[in-house]
Amino acid sequence: MTGTFVGMPAFPAAARDALADTQLRHNLAHATATIRGKRAAVVGEVEHWEALRLAGAAVKERALHGLEDHLVRLEESLVARGAQVHWARDAAEANALVADVARRHGADEVVKVKSMATQEIGLNEALAAEGIAAWETDLAEMIVQLGDDLPSHILVPAIHRNRAEIREIFLRRMADVGRPAPADLTDEPAVLAAAAREHLREKFLRAKVGVSGANFAVADTGTLVVVESEGNGRMCLTLPEVLVTVVGIEKVVPTWAELDPLLRLLPRSSTGERMNPYTSTWTGVTPDDGPQEVHVVLLDNGRTRALADEVGRQALRCIRCSACLNVCPVYERVGGHAYGSVYPGPIGAILNPLLHGIGEGTGDPQSRSQVESLPYASSLCGACFEVCPVRIDIPEVLVHLRSKVVDAHRGDRVPKPEALAMRAAAHTLADAKRLGRAERLAGRVGRLVGRRGTTPRLPGPGAGWTDARDLPTPARESFRGWWRRTGGRLDGGENDG
Amino acid sequence: MADARTQVLGRVRAALAGTAPDPEPVPAPAGARPGDVVAHFAERVADYRATVVRCAPADVGAAVAGALPAGARVVVPPGLPEEIRAALADPLVDDGLSAAELDRVDAVVTACRLAIAETGTIVLDHRPDQGRRVLTLVPDRHVCIVRADQVVADVPEAVGSLDPTRALTWISGPSATSDIELDRVEGVHGPRHLHVVVVEGAEPR
Repeated sequence: MTGTFVGMPAFPAAARDALADTQLRHNLAHATATIRGKRAAVVGEVEHWEALRLAGAAVKERALHGLEDHLVRLEESLVARGAQVHWARDAAEANALVADVARRHGADEVVKVKSMATQEIGLNEALAAEGIAAWETDLAEMIVQLGDDLPSHILVPAIHRNRAEIREIFLRRMADVGRPAPADLTDEPAVLAAAAREHLREKFLRAKVGVSGANFAVADTGTLVVVESEGNGRMCLTLPEVLVTVVGIEKVVPTWAELDPLLRLLPRSSTGERMNPYTSTWTGVTPDDGPQEVHVVLLDNGRTRALADEVGRQALRCIRCSACLNVCPVYERVGGHAYGSVYPGPIGAILNPLLHGIGEGTGDPQSRSQVESLPYASSLCGACFEVCPVRIDIPEVLVHLRSKVVDAHRGDRVPKPEALAMRAAAHTLADAKRLGRAERLAGRVGRLVGRRGTTPRLPGPGAGWTDARDLPTPARESFRGWWRRTGGRLDGGENDG
Repeated sequence: MADARTQVLGRVRAALAGTAPDPEPVPAPAGARPGDVVAHFAERVADYRATVVRCAPADVGAAVAGALPAGARVVVPPGLPEEIRAALADPLVDDGLSAAELDRVDAVVTACRLAIAETGTIVLDHRPDQGRRVLTLVPDRHVCIVRADQVVADVPEAVGSLDPTRALTWISGPSATSDIELDRVEGVHGPRHLHVVVVEGAEPR
């Protein structure tokens, strides 16, 4: 595995490999169950949780509906408070802006707060190409970076690694990039965290340039907000002389007062805490306190494309809490890498296609098919909508995006096997006699394969289905057959049917 | 070709063409209001493995001194009340110390702007009695004095009374990570010890 999502296979192929990894499935099941339990406990404490969700969703919806005005106002208030504002249409522009700031200060390294936006644009790789090292300072991000690995969860990116692996990574790699791990390093979490503290403190104390994202950007005051746990965020936001913050344009909150429901919803949904250990807010430059040169990069990179999708637009409300990952039966079994993006799980399954576009194919065929496979990476069970603190109807968007994928391929010269199967299904389901014949045929198959409960590997194109899924054995008798035989009464003859 | 700003704003406008204007704001429900906000705060911040001491106004100096290991090198912000500073043996007063200098200090003692009962949170707005942001970040032990009349019930009350143009730091327990197999470990990069001295004797809001 290398540290980039470029060239990832489509979801079904990636999921098949992940499913074969029993250790991964065990780690994920344990981790997601733990976070689910913590979240449920602290959400249960809040008397008006539903009303809070409605308020949070409304804040973000209001922000999106008036986005142009809010962005202009955000820029004005930031500039008034001494910040320099830049706009970036895409990843390349944003990366170039950050690199330019670092270069102007002669910095060959920057310290980074964990940020989804900078991961999305591949900032670390872009800076490396300019000879600038970007050090991830969140413990999990550091584990991923040192391991030349990929993040697999929004909140706990190294969720797929156990303590023994982390110890091995620290021993093997820390010395290459700074203060080595102590020789007597054990795999105790406290000992590993202490090694990370020593390793990174050296970098914090000498860093000239810090880079962050922002959880929220308040339009009427120009206030940026970073929510975190470890204090690495405070370090990056406070110690360097220069700070660059990359903010997706959907992070805008119209007013300071409207942060309230979001600051109540986020920690409980995310880490299952009443409040995260540290929240930092800053508004431009604070004289004699913290960075005296402050830049803000306002990033589009597909967000306006998502905004134009009337059904999909709601995905831009996302506050990156990751609650939807932890309740998703699909995510729990395949993990984050299978989604081929920094945004995994249910939110990734809608956000990636919305940001990249379906059927607007400027990308290569492989990345296009990867993106178009994501709306199908779901059982549509709806658990993600139930936990979403800003009420994003993920199942609705998934179905909407599936229809867009189908529409985008109507003109294909060679139809996909699913399309052929669906046409056959439509033909069968449209006529009762045809359906009855199909059911009798299925019943014979059921008798043939016996009592195993699941069918063995299907032949032909059907193999693609059974390779990664259990297919229940067809019932030996159809419902209609059973009704004809019994008149709707149970076999014992009791007439309660 | 248009500049990035013009083009991004143009795309936003085009994406929202025909969309209904701003929906009305939906008021957020009020937060929880426990009967005794001070006791609730003390309980909640202790839940994050912070050490909490409650004392009378006359005993603040002793409580602060008691929160410090013997021989600890202590730094204080320039505006820390004199009666508290007097209880400390030869504290360093921050006059723009470098981060490297602060790294050699054992503890910091500050006041706060307010505290939130429901979430066990202390909020600093970095006035002279709290000091610059770096002061409460680099030393390994933070002793924070919270007056009972500074405790508010919940987040909405806190947001309503804070000045967003000031840099703010919200602190809920010592720094912590759960990144290794979801085992919570206190103290990664920020202070590993948070010691809260709650001063009774003033009426809560």
